[in-house]
Amino acid sequence: MPVIERAARIYEGSRIPSPIPTVLQVDPAKNALEDILTINFGPNHPSTHGVLRLVVDLDGEHVAGIAAVIGYLHTGFEKTMERKTWWKCITYPERIDYVSFQVNELAFVLAIEKLLALEVPQKATWMRMCLSEMTRIHSHLVWLGTSALELGAISMFWYTFDDRDATLDLFEMVAGTRMHTRYFQAGGLAEDIPEGFYAQAREWCKTMPKAIDEYEAILDRNAIWLKRTKGIGLLSADDAIALGQSGPVLRASGVDWDLRKNMPYLAYDEVAFDVPVYPEGDVYARYKVHMDEMRQSVRIVSQCLDRLEELRGEPWIANDRKVVLPPREELHTSMESLIHHFKIVTEGYTVPEGEIYQCVESPRGEFGVYVVSDGGPKPWRVKFRAPSFVALQATATCMTDAAVADMIAIVGSLDGVMGEVDR
Amino acid sequence: MTAAYEGVPGLVETVEAHGETTLVVDPARVVEACLHLRDAHGFNFLSDLTPTDYLGWGSSGVAGYIGTSAGRDLHAPGSQGLARVPDPKPKRFAVNYHLLRLSDGPVRVRVQAWIDDGEELDTMIPVWPTADWFEREAWDMFGIAFRGHPNLVRILMDDDWEGHPLRKDYPIGGEPVRFSGEE
Repeated sequence: MPVIERAARIYEGSRIPSPIPTVLQVDPAKNALEDILTINFGPNHPSTHGVLRLVVDLDGEHVAGIAAVIGYLHTGFEKTMERKTWWKCITYPERIDYVSFQVNELAFVLAIEKLLALEVPQKATWMRMCLSEMTRIHSHLVWLGTSALELGAISMFWYTFDDRDATLDLFEMVAGTRMHTRYFQAGGLAEDIPEGFYAQAREWCKTMPKAIDEYEAILDRNAIWLKRTKGIGLLSADDAIALGQSGPVLRASGVDWDLRKNMPYLAYDEVAFDVPVYPEGDVYARYKVHMDEMRQSVRIVSQCLDRLEELRGEPWIANDRKVVLPPREELHTSMESLIHHFKIVTEGYTVPEGEIYQCVESPRGEFGVYVVSDGGPKPWRVKFRAPSFVALQATATCMTDAAVADMIAIVGSLDGVMGEVDR
Repeated sequence: MTAAYEGVPGLVETVEAHGETTLVVDPARVVEACLHLRDAHGFNFLSDLTPTDYLGWGSSGVAGYIGTSAGRDLHAPGSQGLARVPDPKPKRFAVNYHLLRLSDGPVRVRVQAWIDDGEELDTMIPVWPTADWFEREAWDMFGIAFRGHPNLVRILMDDDWEGHPLRKDYPIGGEPVRFSGEE
């Protein structure tokens, strides 16, 4: 088979295990088979970020073989969405990755808008960017708190969750709920931005960089933290690309790639920010990428706020009554509005026939939505390209020559959110 | 733009829609086509691999605001038909490979292969190792087998699960509740 032989070149010099790229098998040349102890790590273990199960072959303290087993949180989101109208489906992507809800919702809403060829007002675009970046910080804070907790730095967890709470307060102010806000609609935003939001968000922009500095002060000079993260879980740039890695994992392997910069959506080409890249490809580099990204996100948020304050009084949602719910107060006076409201809520709007792959840079990397519409009120097929599903495929590569204690650090650094992995 | 992909092996047609390029290729040569795209066109990154089941595509008929000869199904609100019958599909399953050129001139392209139930595709693992779990998911959810996959077992459902849930003829609801240790 010449095709397969030519294709196999990618394995040269690579640490990706073969023949199964996601399973590290015990090598009888390196490890005596009678010394191997096979244990189940998870699915119910506090440091697996949910219900991840790792089947580990241990040779003493060393990981000789590993296979990740997933599916314990499979809830059939994609099947369920085929039975809901487009309008109702917007709530589902948020619940898939429950720490980066706004970004997931954004990807799905952008896909609908692309199929409908819907124009979105400026204010909605900038507010979407603002909230996406806040979500990124929210997600990174949860990541930092839990990953540090697993490596013994318990105080980090309390500090990060305190600042996470401040971020959730802002979401609550805007949307009424702290998580799973459903604030983005096809066409724009559900409501206008409340007046008090700007002042509170500005305050948040002032305190957050200081908080990030403090986190770094706690961890960056902590000998235990450095010992447990530096030079561990190595992933080269070529391997990362071959394994489809994206987001912080890819950037920590020295690949300068960020969808916000390289393939801009919303108005990311109009804001100034840097993409942190670290070449080491270890757990420490992934930690540094997360820290730097939070600072950049604060930068983007404050630029969004500048712009949003100029856009005060502008519309926040498209004026297309076949897709967008009419304003609540009109329902009492206008029969047409009442009819449109009734039609959208009961039947849903129809989306033209077609297929779209829409992706955004989520806190974990490329979050893609592939949707197929048959022209009816419900999606024919929805598929989520979950970045942490792909990230966990790199477990075996990162775990080559690792010790059992490194496993916690490595799995944590890949930042898998099991809701998104299993969908 | 379209002419750029003329040399792709097994290319059947190129479709441009919604600003996206779809290359429909012969299912027997899909690995060859992707390898050519990887090596000659620089598509070094496989973003996503996913099938779609088109069983019953367009069968809900035309309905909606305007009544049709068949009338509207008044007993199933929200299940209205379509404004127009969608274009027919050549076969039951479409397997989509979303490719990305991860470099300074980024481009995305979708490679699409059409197969019927029971037909197989060659595995994409030698071209992109990331295809491993995607192909296992496609097998688990749609029952599409990939020849040469070294570990084609269920990934999201239980090992002894029956059926492939994302197929259109797989019913929704009514799954029995399972307990550990039962016969």
